[in-house]
Amino acid sequence: MKFGICINEGPYTHQASDTAYQFTKAALEKGHEIFRVFFYHDGVNNGTRLTTPPQDERHIVNRWTELAEKHSLDLVVCVAAAQRRGIVDADEQKRQGKDANNLAPGFRISGLGQLIEAGIQSERLVIFGD
Amino acid sequence: MADEAMEPGGGGVTKKFLYVNRKAPYGTIYALESLEVVLIGAAFEQDVSMVFADDGVYELKKGQDTTDSNMKNFSPTYRALEMYDVEKLYVEKESMDARGLTPDDLVVPVEVKTAAELGEIMEEQDVILSF
Repeated sequence: MKFGICINEGPYTHQASDTAYQFTKAALEKGHEIFRVFFYHDGVNNGTRLTTPPQDERHIVNRWTELAEKHSLDLVVCVAAAQRRGIVDADEQKRQGKDANNLAPGFRISGLGQLIEAGIQSERLVIFGD
Repeated sequence: MADEAMEPGGGGVTKKFLYVNRKAPYGTIYALESLEVVLIGAAFEQDVSMVFADDGVYELKKGQDTTDSNMKNFSPTYRALEMYDVEKLYVEKESMDARGLTPDDLVVPVEVKTAAELGEIMEEQDVILSF
């Protein structure tokens, strides 16, 4: 089955990103396809490379980066939600005149149309939120 | 995947999209940002419905005055949905009753459905988004 994944909460505060990760990983291990993983609302905060979680805890951001690299996943952070919350790639940094960028490897910033497309192209769009 | 973005219009595929709104308009951002999804999604010409349940029914309430809270009053946007061909707006009867609301209290025409009826409507959908 072809799945779209939507994550609506940030790392650690809610379990949404963890559950989505476990689901995505399990689906891939069973041979399913993940069309896209889309991050909306505070979910965009899963895409900052600047987190330093405690050493003895799971590293949520890096875990996504690693899974994406292993399976060529398309991790998309919503541009509008990212702008509100300060998740910035090099292009946005230039465009908005910011002094830094922070997008984690394996993620890209794009529009809400990518979420709608995921709904259209996937057989199931699974939402992870609060 | 990034290079294969589809044109709005759905590429000929039409699915039944349902947006479930269960949060009050202010206090959290979910109502505002989920409305943005509906508006962007309109370009894809899918078969869209919206359900308002629990505190989500307040999103449609008339007379929102956000002057003192410095929040954008986005309730007029629900009236613009019609122009985007989003006309199937359902409110949950039990949620309305619990909050003492009737359709006359709302800024747009809605269909009142019981939770059971909404369950049936959900069964018919291809894509359900809940924020």
